[in-house]
Amino acid sequence: MHGNTKLSKRLDDRVITHLSIRDTAIRRGGRLLFDGVCLELAAGEACALTGANGSGKTSLLRAVAGLVNLDGGEIGFGAVDPADARAEGLHLVGHADGLKSARTAREELAFWGQWCGGGAIAAAADALELTSLLDLEVRRLSAGQRRRLALARMLAAPRALWLLDEPLSPLDARWRTRLSELMQQHLDGGGMILAAVHDPLPVATRSLELST
Amino acid sequence: MSRLLALLQRETALAWGRGGGPLVAVGFYAGVATLLPLAIGPEPQRLAAIATGAAWVALALASLLSLDRLFERDFEDGALDLLTLSPVPLELTCFIKCLGQWLATGAPLAVAAPVAAIGLGASLDLAPLIFACALLGGLAFAFMGGIGAALSLGARRGGLLTAVIVLPLFVPPVIFGGGALDSFANGLPWRGGFALLAAYAAMAVALGPVAMAAACRNALS
Amino acid sequence: MTWAPAFLSNPERFMAFSRWAAPMFGVIAVALGAIGLYLGFTAPEDYQQGQTVRIMFIHVPAAQLSMFAYACLGVASFLSLIFRHALADAAAQAAAPLGAAFTFLALITGALWGRPMWGTWWVWDGRLTSVLVLFLLYIAYIALRASMDDEAKAARAGAILALVGVINLPIIHYSVEWWNSLHQGSSLFAKGGPAMPAVFLVPLLLMSLAYMSAFGSLWLVRIRGEVWRRRAEAAALRMAGT
Repeated sequence: MHGNTKLSKRLDDRVITHLSIRDTAIRRGGRLLFDGVCLELAAGEACALTGANGSGKTSLLRAVAGLVNLDGGEIGFGAVDPADARAEGLHLVGHADGLKSARTAREELAFWGQWCGGGAIAAAADALELTSLLDLEVRRLSAGQRRRLALARMLAAPRALWLLDEPLSPLDARWRTRLSELMQQHLDGGGMILAAVHDPLPVATRSLELST
Repeated sequence: MSRLLALLQRETALAWGRGGGPLVAVGFYAGVATLLPLAIGPEPQRLAAIATGAAWVALALASLLSLDRLFERDFEDGALDLLTLSPVPLELTCFIKCLGQWLATGAPLAVAAPVAAIGLGASLDLAPLIFACALLGGLAFAFMGGIGAALSLGARRGGLLTAVIVLPLFVPPVIFGGGALDSFANGLPWRGGFALLAAYAAMAVALGPVAMAAACRNALS
Repeated sequence: MTWAPAFLSNPERFMAFSRWAAPMFGVIAVALGAIGLYLGFTAPEDYQQGQTVRIMFIHVPAAQLSMFAYACLGVASFLSLIFRHALADAAAQAAAPLGAAFTFLALITGALWGRPMWGTWWVWDGRLTSVLVLFLLYIAYIALRASMDDEAKAARAGAILALVGVINLPIIHYSVEWWNSLHQGSSLFAKGGPAMPAVFLVPLLLMSLAYMSAFGSLWLVRIRGEVWRRRAEAAALRMAGT
């Protein structure tokens, strides 16, 4: 709740309000993952990305983030230049959280908050109930706590598009509900979410199934 | 700018802790410097003749130590993904990472280098030049080494592969630094070799990040 | 030469061209090599080096090829990196082991020549050492490619390494020269024309051309093999139904 007013305020002057994935194809190691995938996502919308293991959900998320090259089609961010959108307009939370086990949660949160151009560290930690854990080293955190830290990192720097790879999986029931609330707040503030999921995503306004 | 400082701080802290950090590098360096007289024989004249060269080669080897983890950890745990999602160009990020590596392992090794060389029998007058050469050489080793580390991302046998890639690229700095030290020890003009070492380090610092960024993008894709 | 990559970038055209060019270069190599060796072995003894001068006809072209093959590797890598062209990558991949083989030959024949000439198999002289470092660069390239599972990534990583090597080679060469030089200077391209009597020069030039043709032929054959291998793998993937 606490981070939310700031988040929506920042989002107002973000120009990225649209994601369009047009006719994309990705090939990995000579194998076609998917072909002809299309999606239009506007501000305030969330899309649940589903499909069997190996169907290319992670690759599509990484392609939106510009980490994986497309073998066909294109990905656009409305009027925003893709390079700018990827530099300052989106967050990616993957299976690997990029947190260093020997550093404290506070150090990691502070660094990534700054790296992503934000600084609402206290509010972000508060929103994910991490305040009492901040001085622990990351290796002492449980899987769920680590995931919450990764999510707090995302809240610390407001960016319009969230790319989430199975965001719910390591979380317990209470935190799944809480994360859904946070996602809903992000959408209400004009944000967008593209999340790869196996379980239903409560906040989803649409869904996309990948299959070859 | 605050981003870059934050990254430098993180990289130095991580390099300081990475695989034991400077302690392991300096320990390895001391170990090699101890093995040399055991293999060559304890005669002071013989040792003194090779002291600077041996200290110099051991330095090149020691700077290989933590190199393979420079990008690998961030690559494996996803941090490299997040580092690219930033207004900071990946080239600059790679530059800062190597700078952190240099601060955390190159600088402690540069302090250890004169000690090792003098222990092997080099003259005390050499100490300042050895320190300066080790600092500059460490810069070249870190940035050329970073290319090898970035190229072996996603490869099987990463660590050993990094060494195989990097050692041929270490030839010029080893020659220039060794040449300057040898000339100084023999009372010959040494500035030429030192200037060449500085030039090579400058080239490594300028070109290394471009190659590293290209290699990282390739590994991530 | 700029037309050559453009013309050959079409795989069909390349396959059609190399189909006859590879054996043709092979025939030229054998013919020139036979004449060159004959002339080389019937040439008079050198007044300084005696019979051992004949090693030159095998050694010098191999040393030239070791550099030439790396230049080919560099150009092919550049094209593959910039244009992401699969054929350029196949050419780079095919050139590396050939270059390594010629470099190895240059090192071995150099050692065999050094033994009678300098009284030692190996001296740490400038040229020998820079050829040795060149050999290490080839090994690094081959090792890097071999240890990557994803071929597209292996191709790009290899290309980056090859280009880093191209930038470093002159520096390595210069640094090693600076370090030490007791190798005899190049006598083929000395100032004021070749400083070598025609009886040696003619067979040496013939052997150089023969080596060059042999490299051209083997390179084309290897690229063809690489193209076929990739087609077979693609077909296998298709048949596996993925």
